[in-house]
Amino acid sequence: MIAAFAFYLFAIIVVLSGAMTIAARNPVHSVLWLILAFFNAAGLFLTLGAEFIAMLLVIVYVGAVAVLFLFVVMMLDVDFAELRAGVAKYWPFATVLAIVLLAEIGGAILAWTNGGLVPVRAAPVAKAVPNIEALGAVLYTRYLYIFEGAGLVLLVAMVGAIVLTHRRRGDVKPQNISAQVRRRPEDAVVNMDPGVGQGVSL
Amino acid sequence: MTAWFQSTWMGYGFGWFVATLILILMIALPLMLAVAMIIYADRKIWAAMALRRGPNVVGPLGLLQSFADGLKVFLKETIIPSGANRGLFIIAPILTFTVALVGWAVVPFGPGMVLADINVGLLYLLAVSSLGVYGVIIAGWASNSKYPFYSALRAAAQMVSYEVSVGFVLVPVVMWANTFNLSGIIEAQRHHVWIINGFGFNPLFLPLAVIFLISAMAETARAPFDLTEAESELVAGYQTEYSSMSFALFWLGEYGNVLLMCGMSAVLFWGGWLPPIDWAPLYYVPGIIWFFAKIFLFFFIFSWVKATVPRFRYDQLMRLGWKIFLPISLLWVFLISGYLEIFRYGALK
Repeated sequence: MIAAFAFYLFAIIVVLSGAMTIAARNPVHSVLWLILAFFNAAGLFLTLGAEFIAMLLVIVYVGAVAVLFLFVVMMLDVDFAELRAGVAKYWPFATVLAIVLLAEIGGAILAWTNGGLVPVRAAPVAKAVPNIEALGAVLYTRYLYIFEGAGLVLLVAMVGAIVLTHRRRGDVKPQNISAQVRRRPEDAVVNMDPGVGQGVSL
Repeated sequence: MTAWFQSTWMGYGFGWFVATLILILMIALPLMLAVAMIIYADRKIWAAMALRRGPNVVGPLGLLQSFADGLKVFLKETIIPSGANRGLFIIAPILTFTVALVGWAVVPFGPGMVLADINVGLLYLLAVSSLGVYGVIIAGWASNSKYPFYSALRAAAQMVSYEVSVGFVLVPVVMWANTFNLSGIIEAQRHHVWIINGFGFNPLFLPLAVIFLISAMAETARAPFDLTEAESELVAGYQTEYSSMSFALFWLGEYGNVLLMCGMSAVLFWGGWLPPIDWAPLYYVPGIIWFFAKIFLFFFIFSWVKATVPRFRYDQLMRLGWKIFLPISLLWVFLISGYLEIFRYGALK
């Protein structure tokens, strides 16, 4: 009973907040609805017993990706009227896309209810084994090369992002903390004894 | 206790619900009391370091000061600026406060004394602490005012940056303990160094414990990392437009988070509810007392730092997070995994 209640609660909120993401007039509200959808999708994973993926969804998407997303959207100056005008132009294309997606989902449900798709498992998963151990045992043995390949792709993307955005500016004085710490009074202070009316040249 | 409730007329489902509700209240209400007293303690410690008396008028030794303050903000008018985004403006403090409470669900107070003994407890805490930033960002944006907005931008960058190093600090702890369950992590610290309980007493783990404590300060935006509410630059940061209870909720949430971080520090590195030394007479003291003593010790360090260290500049904060803590914690992941490979799993044999 509790499981069914939790599923319907999370599912309804996911669908509703998904709809609100599109319907909201304010882009910041849209992002916040999207975050609510992520959060409840994590709840759905929990009801499936996939607690590790649920937590990762919250940590990675809600905690990092959506924060940066919100960050960008907050700073943009979006003209709502202009955005609304664009809707009319993309309406036919969006309808086609929606129909295709709906047909795909319908096909999947039809195939599933007719017993066409039987999930094939390489090995039965024991209830007592925690998610993380089960996942690690597969990722670091069977799919090691693919896993490391994915890591490599991410590394390349990260280096690329840094290379594209990093620029060395000549007109600012950056702080060099180790140089500051290394500096001694002998380097900075000179004891002078100028004669009367002669002054000092620096 | 859950089993007892389920055995009465309430039945399985409803009994579970009532028992869990009572357990939640048993954590949340004392926590609120603890937050009130810890604010008093913070002010007293801070005053003592500045050679002042601190709050000493309301009640004996000023002990009731926090309650007087609470009553004061409760009786004031809640002002919502006309330009503010009404709904989000009200939700933001509630969100901050809720997230600060929610994390306590997985914290073990003693052997078996934990509300939700889940096997991804540590990830749950990470997830909850990463949610904390939303209250601040939403408050800053919804206020529709310049200073709160700057504060929100700072908060977003600061909390995301320190989340990364906190994540890497936790990896060696998990590798050593072989579990994400917080009770399991505490058990793994029993006689970790000969008869001493706690990862932090191991020289290999000590730098990580220090990095964690400093990152915790940065993540809860405590001084010296309180750039989100730097009063010399941003008035009061994201709290500028808030008044009355909505302001108080930020205040309570902030201290609730600080206590949670102190508790995490105690659980992850200093043995949680285990006594520091594995010696039978020390076990006569209940585990919860040891745990609270450790939380208070770390809170004292937080106050001490707040009273003595001047505020960081923003670029220094980012440098500390990305250029110092991140490489060190990454290096330590390698060091400890290498140590475990050689001495626990015998990679060289």
